[in-house]
Amino acid sequence: MFNPFKRTQYVELNITDQIQDRPLEKCPRCKEILLKKELIQNLKVCPKCNYHFRLGAWERIQMLVDENSFQELNGDLFSTNILDFPSYQEKLNEAQIKTGLNEAVITGKGLIMGKMAMICVMDSNFMMASMGTVVGEKICQAAEIALAERLPLIAFTASGGARMQEGIFSLMQMAKTSALIKKIDEAGLLYITVLTDPTTGGVTASFASLGDIIIAEPGALIGFAGPRVIEQTIGQKLPDGFQRSEFLLEKGFVDLIVPRNKLKETIAELLAMH
Amino acid sequence: MLPFEHELEALIKKIRDLEEFSIKHNIDLTNEINLLKAKEKDIRKKLYSEIAPYERIQLARAINRPNTMDYINNIFTNFIELHGDRLFRDDLSIVGGIAKINEQPVTVIGHRKGRDTKDNIKYNFGMPHPEGYRKALRLMKQAEKFKRPIVTFIDTPGAFPGIGAEERGQGEAIAKNLMEMSVLKVPVIAILIGEGGSGGALALAVSDRFIMLENAVYSVISAEGCASILFKDASRAREAAEALKITAQDMAKFGIADEIVGEPPGGAHRDPKLVIDRVKNSICRFLAELKELSVDELLNQRFERYRRINASNLTL
Ligand SMILES: [Zn+2]
Repeated sequence: MFNPFKRTQYVELNITDQIQDRPLEKCPRCKEILLKKELIQNLKVCPKCNYHFRLGAWERIQMLVDENSFQELNGDLFSTNILDFPSYQEKLNEAQIKTGLNEAVITGKGLIMGKMAMICVMDSNFMMASMGTVVGEKICQAAEIALAERLPLIAFTASGGARMQEGIFSLMQMAKTSALIKKIDEAGLLYITVLTDPTTGGVTASFASLGDIIIAEPGALIGFAGPRVIEQTIGQKLPDGFQRSEFLLEKGFVDLIVPRNKLKETIAELLAMH
Repeated sequence: MLPFEHELEALIKKIRDLEEFSIKHNIDLTNEINLLKAKEKDIRKKLYSEIAPYERIQLARAINRPNTMDYINNIFTNFIELHGDRLFRDDLSIVGGIAKINEQPVTVIGHRKGRDTKDNIKYNFGMPHPEGYRKALRLMKQAEKFKRPIVTFIDTPGAFPGIGAEERGQGEAIAKNLMEMSVLKVPVIAILIGEGGSGGALALAVSDRFIMLENAVYSVISAEGCASILFKDASRAREAAEALKITAQDMAKFGIADEIVGEPPGGAHRDPKLVIDRVKNSICRFLAELKELSVDELLNQRFERYRRINASNLTL
């Protein structure tokens, strides 16, 4: 029997301050020029129009977990070009250099207002957080630790879909992760998903949509098929707001929309009630 | 005849013309005809012995290829179709019901494609909406309740990308199937008979045994879609088909397909009866095999099938 702990390696979280050489940032929605420092202080939400900027996985973890409490799991897992797919290795290398991450998801455990949880955070800066073997594997191993230690599991999703370069193996991650979520379900453990911009494709059609409680950040694009594919198929423009968090709330596919500045306390409250 | 068979088609026509000419004008062309027939044999052999993935896609999509209804009607008896998801409507792109195989009741579910454009429009070219997956899951739960094994036939370009499908939760519907199928307490056998398109195929394919026809293809994205996204050029689909590794032979190598059912040269539509009989044989054999397992064994093995996928490829 496979033992997840054998592969477990916890490392101390150490984030250096993210103030960069570019002091200004333009809001993609309202085009307002914002001071980077103020934007970061505002959890990367535009103070003018409430646009929620996409976050890197470490930024997310820093906003979510209690200081110095996060222990990373499987931080050293990285993908290989299993199918010998053209240019895949180069893309992986580029993504690793660009993000400083080994793969598109960070998993680990940490305290959220004093409550311990297993946490998976996807990072769309890494190849649009497409799901390949390692992303699927890291999520499954996080779920297995949640099962073994009876911890709640929280997944922050963001994904452009399947990692095409891994062919059928990427598709199989959908079945693999969904089977693990069923184990979490049967064990009576809490599973919360937080859908962030953008959550699409195979991730939407697997673990992202299976939360006991599904939270969405405001204005996030959430869907199975991408808007461009739909527009091409039906030959018409999609209405404004289609596949956005507020649309999914109205249609009954998310439980609640929580702005970023209320996210940590909302999750902590939910954890406290389970 | 499919596009890649043009050369062969032209040669067959030429032979026929010569034969007609020889009879009509009473001229002996035996030598010429025999030469061409030898050439035809050569081309046939070359064409069908090493079919490239891109040609297999064309075979898998061929409109006259045996479809789910052909298999259901010729493998099972007493098929009773059951309709609807009890929530929204009946999705005609997925067919399901109860039938018997060797006197044993089973639940049968499959993607439905038509024989002509009119039927294909009715069945949405085998591309389900969420209600199709929900109907399938309802029938699977029903099978579990009455301890009937489940047989599914996979043949879809993928789940339908449309406004209604998104409004009604296409992603949630597929996810729910994947999750619930992983714990169905009855044997599930899936047969990929044609196109295995992405999540839309997988949502009926989580199973204890996975059978694939020789020219069927299983892919996370269509070759055309992959080419247009990654190569920025949809016309490079042939390259994408190679790179994605989508054939039955690939799936057997990866441990995803348990068995490949052979097709006659030129594809399953050249001899549907032969192929359908072979599929029936495989189903019966696997049903007998799975019957021997306890529910716990069945579920453990199914879980491990999916859990272990790729683990051996991880670099630690
Ligand atoms: Zn703004």
